[in-house]
Amino acid sequence: MTESDPYAGERLKESAFHPRQAVLNIRNAWASWNGYKLANYYYDAEYEYFCIRNQCGTYDICPMQKYRITGSDAEKMLNRMVTRDITKMALNRVTYVVWCTDAGRMVDDGTIFKLGDNKYMLTCGSPCGAWLKMSAFGFDDVSIVDESDDIAALSLQGPTSCSVLKAMGLHGIETAKPFDIRNFTFHSGTLMVSRTGFTGDLGYELWVKSELGLELWDDLYSAGADFGIQPFGEAATNMARLEAGFIMPGMEFNEALKTVHFEHDQTPFELNLGWLVDFKKPHFNGRAALLRDYERGPRYTLTKLDIEGNKPAIESYIYSNRSCNRQIGYVTSAMWSPTVKANIALAMIETKELRGELFAEIYYEKELRQYSKVAKCEIRTKAFWTPTRARATPPPDH
Amino acid sequence: MQHYDSIIIGAGHNGLVCASYLAKSGQRVLLLEAAENVGGLAASREFHPGFKVSVAHTLSHFSKKIVDDLKLQEHGFNANQETLSTIGLDLNGNHIRLENGELHGVSDDDAKSYQGYRILMQRFADMLKPFWLKTMPRIGMNNLADVMTFAHLGLKMRLLGQRDMREFMRVAALPTRDLMDENFDSDLVRAMLSWDGHLGSKLAPRSPNHAVLAMLYRMAGEQGGNHSVPVGGMPGMMHALLSSATANGVDTRTGATVERILIEANENGLAASGVRMADGETFLASRVVSSADPQRTFFSLAGVENLEIQFCNRIRRLRCQGYVAKLHLALEGLPDFPGLDDCRGRMIIADGLDAIEFAYDDAKYGECSEHPVMEVVLPSVHDASLAPEGKHVLSAHVMYVPCQLKGGWNDDARTEIRERAIDTLEKYAPTIRDQIIHSEFLTPKDIEQHYRVTGGHWHHAEFAMDQILMMRPTYEAAQYRTPIPGLFLCGAGSHPGGDVTGAPGHNAAVEILK
Repeated sequence: MTESDPYAGERLKESAFHPRQAVLNIRNAWASWNGYKLANYYYDAEYEYFCIRNQCGTYDICPMQKYRITGSDAEKMLNRMVTRDITKMALNRVTYVVWCTDAGRMVDDGTIFKLGDNKYMLTCGSPCGAWLKMSAFGFDDVSIVDESDDIAALSLQGPTSCSVLKAMGLHGIETAKPFDIRNFTFHSGTLMVSRTGFTGDLGYELWVKSELGLELWDDLYSAGADFGIQPFGEAATNMARLEAGFIMPGMEFNEALKTVHFEHDQTPFELNLGWLVDFKKPHFNGRAALLRDYERGPRYTLTKLDIEGNKPAIESYIYSNRSCNRQIGYVTSAMWSPTVKANIALAMIETKELRGELFAEIYYEKELRQYSKVAKCEIRTKAFWTPTRARATPPPDH
Repeated sequence: MQHYDSIIIGAGHNGLVCASYLAKSGQRVLLLEAAENVGGLAASREFHPGFKVSVAHTLSHFSKKIVDDLKLQEHGFNANQETLSTIGLDLNGNHIRLENGELHGVSDDDAKSYQGYRILMQRFADMLKPFWLKTMPRIGMNNLADVMTFAHLGLKMRLLGQRDMREFMRVAALPTRDLMDENFDSDLVRAMLSWDGHLGSKLAPRSPNHAVLAMLYRMAGEQGGNHSVPVGGMPGMMHALLSSATANGVDTRTGATVERILIEANENGLAASGVRMADGETFLASRVVSSADPQRTFFSLAGVENLEIQFCNRIRRLRCQGYVAKLHLALEGLPDFPGLDDCRGRMIIADGLDAIEFAYDDAKYGECSEHPVMEVVLPSVHDASLAPEGKHVLSAHVMYVPCQLKGGWNDDARTEIRERAIDTLEKYAPTIRDQIIHSEFLTPKDIEQHYRVTGGHWHHAEFAMDQILMMRPTYEAAQYRTPIPGLFLCGAGSHPGGDVTGAPGHNAAVEILK
């Protein structure tokens, strides 16, 4: 059957965890990410969201792109590419980075894992092999290997996640601080655990060779049975990340290399990621352009909004007046946050208008009838949801 | 340690011109040349005891303004140089000659057509002329000077009148084959007249792109496209440039190889601050001006880690593979070209447009043609100092010889193509082989190594539609400034381009002194 499948090359790939996830995907609600079949949800998005916040859940990050960057010029090459100074990174640490075009427009964000001297792993949401190759040109000794298909990675997020790992026998994992990396002997190989995630909660990401994927799943689920472990999909991830104030490509920003229209992409300053841009570093890609953007001030600023009422401001425009005739921005992501009990949103708003009043024009539906309302918005400067357990070391026991 | 205002890397003619202008304005200038002599590709060297030659063997459009500004005549440069007639060699001895704007030895029709053709082409060349000695505007920067340059170009074009402007727009990127076919009957005439459109380029008569522009570029000077050997030859010319530079106070050092451009890095960003020499010595300056080609300047001397990623990618993709080899012969006496009265002209060996095209076809795929086409000059006829009494030097540009030869260059490959070139010469000068005392063949790869020019490309980067004007070598470096503050370009890889014109060196100096 497969041999004669005329669509063989077009079908979605299945990750190392697929055999287990397929059984659990009761609703057959599949989405895709980088050519991999990925659950949008397994049973119910809200149910999965509450698992993340109250117990723990796993999210398949096999489709995330992973590049191993090594060689005596690896640090130099990466440091020129990203806006942060990675020369100060300690061994077995992870850092969040963005990288920009020459014009200072954001190509993508991702994380860099320092695995040794001049040994790094870079992860990001979209394939960036061509960009990395271009960035490595001219350096004598840099090797870039795309390990996306060779590494099985699972994100374990939620308050009981540390307890699960301890139950699995990962001694000392509770001493790992946020962004730490720990390695454990695991079956015939190594299990790398980083205290990272995309939910704003306590959580870890687990990395093994693809061949050990099912062993990882089985060990984790057997240790996690008493801690309420459940798989969660993209929908729940999106809810959790919005509460944490994290940005998503295709929502908050448009990858610069895929942007056609002039300045429909963003600078880190527009995305409120100025803290990632280190002008003390003498050179990095886009520095001159970003310095101009910084000095002039970004035209737009990504802003966290707490909106009155309970109707999510999905795809709303933001206005500077209640009569909604001066549009000053647009909502990129919005939801009713069950944990914060607030109507939250991220919105791109003209920077100069941030001092004034903000109103969202919200359209919503009630049993096929369309309604609209104008709701006042309050700016929030901190993440909507920041539980202390996310940063506590050791995390609270369960 | 002495601190210079400007350090110039490379004492080719552009480096010399730029240094001279900067020093003349009062700057302390250090000019560093890796070779033992100044002049770069126009420097003469002894390739056999008593016989001297330079890679560039004629002048066609050296700027008169530079001659005046730098008082080159006072330093021995003679503007009243003899212009060379161009000769299309014919296998049967029925050679044709282009001399003083007239074609000889051709049909009346072709002779007449040439008059109309020349007038029109000269109008186009004159229209473009003001822009070769001008910094090109930066696209997107709407300052007055830039807008004025654009407006000036538009106005100049419009002033051609409706008919000629339309004609210019039509022929500017036309393959020379079409242009020649439209105007001339004789294939020999067509080959000879299209020659200057292809010389030094990866381009043949059927290639659309920039051949016509290259012709117009070469017609822009005082000489209207005629080639000449300056009094004292190319060495005399380089000597005049050096003498002027020295008189203006330039500190010139030869045998001084720059290994790295020093770049100061701190929280204010980067800034070129000097150079480190191959022997470890360093020189400091407020700015560094490189006449080396763009790839060498940015990748070998400045370092990609100091540049932007997409910028480097554009420089990496510059087309700069040379396709011209040099044949140098030390001869017992004047060669005898039956049917030719003297050897004072510039002789083109290409008996038709197809001969050029087929030679190019082979090179395109990394091979050398069985039938190379070439331009032959005997510089010693014009400058006796280049060869011992009674003996002569023959200098030929042999096209098309690829820099990247399939299988790579080695002595055997070099000998084979050299012999092929001499065989070809023999067809026109049957006794020449017996007169050879010594022969030398420089492939583009050799030129790359000896002269430190990437790809051995005369023009540092192909003179092509996408690599000229405000795109030369690429945007963000097309106004002689580079993305690294304090680092400038002044070589043939910058606007307007190659050949011994002095224009990039002049324009860079103007920009630096702004």
